[in-house]
Amino acid sequence: MRKRMIAAAIAVALVAALAATLGLAGCAKPAAKKGPVELNALFMKQAGYSEDDITAMTAEFTKANPKVKVNLTFVAYEELEPKILASYSSGGYDVVLGDCIWPPKFSKAGVVLDVTKRMAAVDTKDIFKGALDSVSYDGKYYGMPWLNDCKYLFYNKSMLKKAGFSAPPATWDELAAMAKAIKAKGIAKYPIAWSWSQAEALICDYTALSEAFGGGMIGTDGKPAISADGNLKALEFMVKSLKDGITNPKSTEMLENDVLATFIAGNAAFGLNWTYMYAAGKDPAQSKIGADVGIAPIPGTAAAKSATVNGGMPLMITSGSKNPDAAWNYILYLSSQDVQKKYAKNALPIWKSLFEDASVVATSPEVVVTSKTQYDYIRNRPQVPYYGELSTELQADIQSALLGKMTPAAALAAAQAKAVDLAAKK
Amino acid sequence: MSIRNSEGRFALAVSAPALAIILAVVLLPLATTFAYSFMNVELISAANGSFVGLANYAEVLGSRAFWAALGRTAYFTAASASLETILGLFIALLLNEEFFGVKFLRSIVIIPWAIPTIVNGSLWKWIYNGEYGIMNAIFLKLGLISEYRSWLSDPFAAMNLVVVADAWKMTPLAAIFFLAALQSVNKATYEAATVDGAGPYRRFFSLTLPYLTPTLLVVLVMRTVEKFKAFDVFYMITRGGPANGTKVLMYETYQRAFTNLQYSQASTYAYLFVIIIASLTAFYIKALRKSEEFNA
Repeated sequence: MRKRMIAAAIAVALVAALAATLGLAGCAKPAAKKGPVELNALFMKQAGYSEDDITAMTAEFTKANPKVKVNLTFVAYEELEPKILASYSSGGYDVVLGDCIWPPKFSKAGVVLDVTKRMAAVDTKDIFKGALDSVSYDGKYYGMPWLNDCKYLFYNKSMLKKAGFSAPPATWDELAAMAKAIKAKGIAKYPIAWSWSQAEALICDYTALSEAFGGGMIGTDGKPAISADGNLKALEFMVKSLKDGITNPKSTEMLENDVLATFIAGNAAFGLNWTYMYAAGKDPAQSKIGADVGIAPIPGTAAAKSATVNGGMPLMITSGSKNPDAAWNYILYLSSQDVQKKYAKNALPIWKSLFEDASVVATSPEVVVTSKTQYDYIRNRPQVPYYGELSTELQADIQSALLGKMTPAAALAAAQAKAVDLAAKK
Repeated sequence: MSIRNSEGRFALAVSAPALAIILAVVLLPLATTFAYSFMNVELISAANGSFVGLANYAEVLGSRAFWAALGRTAYFTAASASLETILGLFIALLLNEEFFGVKFLRSIVIIPWAIPTIVNGSLWKWIYNGEYGIMNAIFLKLGLISEYRSWLSDPFAAMNLVVVADAWKMTPLAAIFFLAALQSVNKATYEAATVDGAGPYRRFFSLTLPYLTPTLLVVLVMRTVEKFKAFDVFYMITRGGPANGTKVLMYETYQRAFTNLQYSQASTYAYLFVIIIASLTAFYIKALRKSEEFNA
């Protein structure tokens, strides 16, 4: 009797669970038909357009498209990826904001839709190449660039002036020489601050440096080339700057926000960071250095005039979306020139032509002028599906070199061996 | 019979919703994870979805990353659990005495424990900050350091600092356990021992410690298992760095699932983890039984 009861209970539970999944799948289909369409969109809370901006843009979109309803969700950057991965197959979110390093793996894993055909109608020639590259993989597009960002060289104008320099450095050697002079004159104890903590931020700085030194982590044949000459030179430059005492030794535990804090407290003459450091540095409420904040393209070497890292974020459609057409229309609206022009104050446009627009330039003349040059030197972090693992391994190996536990050559050789292994498995 | 039967049916009816939920959110994921550990569920792999037998276990057990992470986890567990047990015992002994303000102290000692782990992690991250952390400020004022320095940039130092951060939060729990046990000690035994000429050390080692052994074991069991599972404090303070110095098993598992999309590897890690925790628990239960027999 008892056994039968238990069996019955399990059967009931199984049927209930099955019914629930079937119900979900069942009610999913008819929604694609005509009538009001509901879109769920996932955005990020910090950096770039504010929550208010996105809410206002969306309100304008739904006003023009009364049959579409858009539900917005805002989460922290760290939450974006887990949320996308947990919901993409059921189409929990139709439109998602993602990091520029995700499209290759998302496309391979079938998380987002191929939008190559849809992109045909977009004037891609007017979009900065670096931004466009970040959404393409294997010759196909998997999203639309939206938030435009890259790292810049920030410098403290008065510190440079005190040390006898009138312009920011154009090469890394110049920067090192200036830093040494600033240190020698006692203007700043550690002139350069970096985000070299074991995190993605380290790979961002390393990408800018290694590309400037003529390196590149993936060869033209698509295979890992971590121990290439330029990459080694870049890592040696990093290690030497620590040894020479021109790099703040705390850099190995710093993230971008720590670089910002150090720089605006007047404790660093140089720092690489995203666009947001400019506004924060000028803000008298948080910054001690206000008028001294300078922004310039990241230095180069004889091998490359300049190189920065792409930090843009594209909008993508999840593969489980029931309304990909409506989702794409919404994406097109958000990334349109008109909208990007109207909200240029918090995020610079992806459209080259808008950089000539007076109202866009007026939002922050120094940044717009610098970015026009800098955008021509945007480099992407390795565009490979196994980038997640590669970055994890690289972070640890580069840190081993920075902390003096391994020589730069040995660290990169170790990373290369792991990268070859990763590439072979996929 | 019919009454029993209707009671049984009623019981089933009221527990069915709970059963269904447990099935859906606990048992099903457990089973899926178990199945994943024998499959290739690497979203970006061409062989995604194929059955691979014990290959995942062989790969994980043969990798240095697993053993290194296990070693770090074991160190963290041992260091942090012993630190908080010893500190907890001292605090409990102090709070067991009667002095002015002891009631107040007994109530505020619990505060660190009430702080959510993620908040605690963020708190200590600020304390340890090399540029503006309060630890630097205090050490500088005390003359222990001559300038602000970086605390979290050495792998081993970073691990020990996380140990301290975690022990600080959980010591009160140990203290409360010990205090509760001490409060029910028969005071007359101590008086007799004092009359017989036993000093404070002798009284501690011959009376207090044997008396506290069962509590000590309970605290150790609970804390070891919890420490082994530590994730949030690492996520907040070091994120596995520097140079992987604080990458514990849980963090490794998380990274494999959510950064690398290697669900099968993460599942394998998770099940190996279950085996370790289960054997630890079995060992402790045995030890607990023994001590109970000994005390009875």
